[in-house]
Amino acid sequence: MAKYYENSTVFHYNMEQIFQGFWQRYPNPYSSHVLSEDTLERQVTREGKLYSKRLITKTNKLPKWGERFFKAKSVCIVEESLIDLKSKTLTTYTRNIGFNKIMNVIEKVVYRSDGPKTIAYRSAWIDSQVFGFASAIKAFGCERFKKNCQKSALGFNYILGMLFPIQNQYANIVQHDVAQKFKEAAKQMSEHVKEQIYEASHYNMNQN
Amino acid sequence: MNSIGENCNDLKSRYDACFNAWFSEKFLKGHTDDSVCKPLFLSYQKCVQEALTLHKIDVIDLKTNHINGTEFDKPTKSNEDNSSKKEAES
Repeated sequence: MAKYYENSTVFHYNMEQIFQGFWQRYPNPYSSHVLSEDTLERQVTREGKLYSKRLITKTNKLPKWGERFFKAKSVCIVEESLIDLKSKTLTTYTRNIGFNKIMNVIEKVVYRSDGPKTIAYRSAWIDSQVFGFASAIKAFGCERFKKNCQKSALGFNYILGMLFPIQNQYANIVQHDVAQKFKEAAKQMSEHVKEQIYEASHYNMNQN
Repeated sequence: MNSIGENCNDLKSRYDACFNAWFSEKFLKGHTDDSVCKPLFLSYQKCVQEALTLHKIDVIDLKTNHINGTEFDKPTKSNEDNSSKKEAES
């Protein structure tokens, strides 16, 4: 049984900006694990959608116990994508090639337009057929996958911010706003706790 | 971003520049004729294909498409069977 994982990410950029940024994601400060990226196929389908196939190579950092299964220092990933202007969607289907019996990761992401925002819905299947080690490999694969998801979202946001700076300022304001609110909430909370402690000590003193 | 073949970097960056311009200025505006970058793509491909052979990358596996016109295949048992069949044939 493959391990299944899903999540979603909100990007504060419209679909057209996502379309443009998608091809320029690498390199970014979060993509030091990405070694190369090549387009192998590209065509406009009869329905006017853009199909692309890219080969991406990444480093293959492993825990000590994993080194006996994977000898390779890097892994190859094939990313197929389809851009549909009519439905304003970008669908990607990514898989690793080679070592599929050891660890097989298949990821599908659908980027969907949501007014001024775009939401990426991600699902992944992680599988291994190594006798006795499959569940450990799958658990490791899933954790590494989750970490790479965060890096990928951070990296994509970074590139989008470079390409569309006005939006980025807005995103910073939003983030700043959230941080400010969080600070205020924390301050209120600590004051509330202080009061409680004061009341409690007062209460204890009265008891004594 | 670098190409898998070090000697393809120049060809790749020229093609990428052409594609990005075509994508924003033509495709996103509804023009689907993609012939403008074809010559650059072909010379870039020639270089990449040689690099793939050099890096011993499984070209058969690369050729498998998981896209079927409009939808992607979901990883099911039957797909796994198909891929193992293909491996056996090759």
